[in-house]
Amino acid sequence: MDLIVVPVLAGLAYLMSQNAATLDQVVLLPDANGKVGEVVIKARHGVQVLNSAYATARTTGLQAVMPSNSEGAGARERYAAALHALPPKPVSFTVYFASGSDTELTPESLPMIEQMKKTLLERPAPEITVIGHTDTVGSPALNDDLSLARAATVHDLLVKVGLQAASLDVAGRGERELLIPTGDEVAEEKNRRVEINIR
Amino acid sequence: MPYKTLSALCLAATLLAGAAHAQLAGVVKGVKGAATLDRLGSQQAVVVGAKVFTSDRIVTGADSSVGIMLRDSTMLSAGPNTVLQMNKFAFNSTTHAGSIDATVKRGTVAVISGKIAKATPENVSFSTPSMTLGVRGTEFIIDAGQRSE
Repeated sequence: MDLIVVPVLAGLAYLMSQNAATLDQVVLLPDANGKVGEVVIKARHGVQVLNSAYATARTTGLQAVMPSNSEGAGARERYAAALHALPPKPVSFTVYFASGSDTELTPESLPMIEQMKKTLLERPAPEITVIGHTDTVGSPALNDDLSLARAATVHDLLVKVGLQAASLDVAGRGERELLIPTGDEVAEEKNRRVEINIR
Repeated sequence: MPYKTLSALCLAATLLAGAAHAQLAGVVKGVKGAATLDRLGSQQAVVVGAKVFTSDRIVTGADSSVGIMLRDSTMLSAGPNTVLQMNKFAFNSTTHAGSIDATVKRGTVAVISGKIAKATPENVSFSTPSMTLGVRGTEFIIDAGQRSE
């Protein structure tokens, strides 16, 4: 009798674990460039690591986490409502300045202001950061002032084209964050810049 | 009478302490349909531009969704019939160190991780009633099913 009951119970437990209702599920997605990160899922019973595109894991009523059949890109359909609600990705712009100047943008940089205006109009509740930088010509203290003055110039240009932001931060980083690393007292046009992040 | 005054003072102090500890976590960038934000026991409709603080709870209806940009540029969205609670959020915009702790009590949430997951991934945690997720720079969906929560 016992000899029969034990395998039947074991079989039942196996069936329950296979058919147990899904409690929670996680699907890993590749990013816009196809790159995949990693998610580690811990449940009361067990740990699962997801690290391939559309890999899926679920917990069941037994509170164990296990791999689940991947729907592949079909997961994007199933979760379309949430995915469509994701905010637009942040975008960055960079404009460059003439040597030593806090008002004169390089000619190539001028059309960027219009592009930024367009981006701002498209975005709901845009948050903006404007960060000025300099090259290494001049003292660090003077460059702190110059970088902030450059950021203020860009801010004023954005206000002129009708900027409406939910929040706006303006900062100067002086010569601390060189885009092109150089020694001291080196004029480098790529370092005389203001970076604008819109999200 | 003094007791009433005292308890009123205590309540006020508790509320103030709660408000003082609330950290700005992010900003609502999109709303579809009806969604509410629960803060300290009171409810308000979610609108574009609304600020989300720690311990806020976003609740969406059957055809609703909400998109949120957190301060570290983590992007979050709550799909239909979802309850999403922001337990903790801290972010240093200079070092990018910080922490995120959010719970999906029911429904679906899509996540595109941000700067904190790059700088200090060990401090990023999302959970459901039955699981806890650790995150390393990635995009994913959490489906916490349809519970009565």
